[in-house]
Amino acid sequence: MNATLTARAPALLAPAVILTAVAAGFLPVLWLGAAQGFSGFDPYLVRVLRFTLLQAGLSALLSILIGIPVARALARQSFPGRAIILRLLTLPMALPAIVVIIGVIEVYGTRGWLGGAFGLYGLQGILLAHVFFNFPLAARLSLSALERIPPESWKLAAQLDFGPRDIWRLIEWPQLRGSLPGIALLIFLLCASSFAIVLTLGGGPRATTLEVAIYQSLRADFDPPRAAALAVVQLLLCASLAIIAQRWGGLMTDGPTLRGIVIRYDGKTFTARLADAVVIGGGLLVLLPPLLALTVSGAGNIVVSTELLRAAATSLMLGLATAAVTLLLAWPLAAARSETWRKASGLIVLSGWIMPPAVLATGWFILLSGHADVSGLAPFLVIAMNGLMALPFAYQIAAPAVAQSAARHDRLCAGLGIEGFNRLRLIDLAVLRKPLALALVMGFVMSLGDLTAISLFGTQDLLTFPALIYRQMGTYRIDEAVGSALLLGIFVLALTTLAERWSSARD
Amino acid sequence: MIRLEQVVFKYEDMTMSFDAEIADGCFLAIIGPSGAGKSTLLNLIAGYETPSSGRISINGLDMAGLGPHQRPVSMIFQDNNVFAHLDVWQNVAIGIAPSLRLSGTQRLSVDNALAKVGLAALAKRKPGEVSGGERQRIAIARALVRDRPVLLLDEPFAALGPALRRDMLDLVKAMQVEHKLTVLMVSHQPEDAQYAASHTAFLSAGRIVALKPTAELFASPDVAGLGEYLGDWRSA
Repeated sequence: MNATLTARAPALLAPAVILTAVAAGFLPVLWLGAAQGFSGFDPYLVRVLRFTLLQAGLSALLSILIGIPVARALARQSFPGRAIILRLLTLPMALPAIVVIIGVIEVYGTRGWLGGAFGLYGLQGILLAHVFFNFPLAARLSLSALERIPPESWKLAAQLDFGPRDIWRLIEWPQLRGSLPGIALLIFLLCASSFAIVLTLGGGPRATTLEVAIYQSLRADFDPPRAAALAVVQLLLCASLAIIAQRWGGLMTDGPTLRGIVIRYDGKTFTARLADAVVIGGGLLVLLPPLLALTVSGAGNIVVSTELLRAAATSLMLGLATAAVTLLLAWPLAAARSETWRKASGLIVLSGWIMPPAVLATGWFILLSGHADVSGLAPFLVIAMNGLMALPFAYQIAAPAVAQSAARHDRLCAGLGIEGFNRLRLIDLAVLRKPLALALVMGFVMSLGDLTAISLFGTQDLLTFPALIYRQMGTYRIDEAVGSALLLGIFVLALTTLAERWSSARD
Repeated sequence: MIRLEQVVFKYEDMTMSFDAEIADGCFLAIIGPSGAGKSTLLNLIAGYETPSSGRISINGLDMAGLGPHQRPVSMIFQDNNVFAHLDVWQNVAIGIAPSLRLSGTQRLSVDNALAKVGLAALAKRKPGEVSGGERQRIAIARALVRDRPVLLLDEPFAALGPALRRDMLDLVKAMQVEHKLTVLMVSHQPEDAQYAASHTAFLSAGRIVALKPTAELFASPDVAGLGEYLGDWRSA
């Protein structure tokens, strides 16, 4: 009895901690929002809401319009370098937002490669950066949908002499149609709650979103009631989107497999190959310049100052703490055994997505402002928020591994009476070493790249690496910012690549 | 006549090599252990695989360079013979024109084919709303409207029970007789071969070890590997 209780404690504690943190976010928001009634719903809020929906809708639309043709071309052709392109498509999501933004500015900004021919600040810039981030995601998710088409369909198409249009109408589109709403919703959600891009590229009050407007009300205008009114709207928007998207096929879907290209009999004509080459080339033309610009301009501008070293040290410390928090929350949830618990866990880990950071921050601010020194608590709040943000990713790595280990060892362990700490030491830690370490790295990397939590809670003394880059940008030290961004990008990529390599290598 | 002359096909580290003559109007069952090359043989004839050397001809016509739709062949697979979002009628009609724009006579031939396989009443259903056996009937009806002289079946009834399998074999046999088809059917059930096939080929390790009239093959004690493949099935 006692043993079962001890074993169960973390399984109950983790969801309890998460739900408390989330409740501390939205209850004060709802309470303060309700207290002011509809007086908070002024024209300003309506304008911000309209801009949020507009930019998220356009971003999702453009990302899909570029992503689907790229996916279709990549699905149809196999050629040397295809694997490299698939890998490149994962880059924007793997890099910290601020790093990518610097790359975008270096190409499209006033003093960028295009000589400022393109008005970067305002709606255009936000769309450009969002499309850069999300068209690769749309392409990868569409590609994985296309890869699920059974090989017999391609054989039938060849036998029945389907032309490219027949294939699109009868095979590709019906397959994509099913996953398209999920992909569109996911990108819409990501763009509706996007923070760093709107903060850096938005053009003042005209081009701001709910997420950034909340931040400004909290940190610049010191106006919690307004923040609460904005947060209620943002909460309703994001929570309903996240829940619908989760219902529609899951927010956390797999990317393409990279292995086993299905044999296809179409797309072998010169015209088809040319068309696919043009489409893939067009995609690369969106994807590559910011990455190249970052590398080229960054390489000559790396300045290792004491300021940078201090920021790096702060980031490392916060990152390690976040990683630990992430693992401690993700592991018990991943270990859920019953079907009901598994479903509940799947939803609980998404709380950071259902509850956008700015909403959580508003609630925590309101709750703490009367009772404690918020700036003293800043590091802890940053760690807590980043832990929640990293949770879905860590869970996704840990859950399948834990389930597999349970299926393999549960009956044997029960039969031999191995339980509690012994089981943890002898069985679970040995078997789950790699996935758990990878989950740790996930939390670490998320925290390293974070600009949202640090902007919401950061102080003069608490300066992380991304916050330093943002400060360098704002104080006309853009060259230094590019160098710092390159350093951060390389560090994060090297870390994730090494961790993935190590964890997928056989023992 | 389907003729395979020193057809060589390399798959990973296995080299397959086929030599055979299959007469018109023959119902040939193809049996043999997994990995023997049964499906590969059908894929080579249908044009889904290209031999590295050798020659495949059907009715004297060299198949080299012809795509699957240019060959006088229809092929039915074990699964996924239908498009889930098209209804039963459309799934058959697609065998005539992928655009689904059919003339009056063509529409009639789709109706007739559906009636022949017993699906007339289910024409408006989606494949997801009919049984596994009925889904395979859709594929047979499509082969009927395509009206090609060679029909290739790759374990098409493997997922069906014995009685249903027999019904389907009857259907294919009737179709073969009426349209004078040459049928090649890969099967894991020796009794299917005995029930339906005039001839049976035994494949092993990428070679056609024997191709004989069915009764003769099953009575041959000297075919290398056949006894091992069949196990106690023959004596039972």
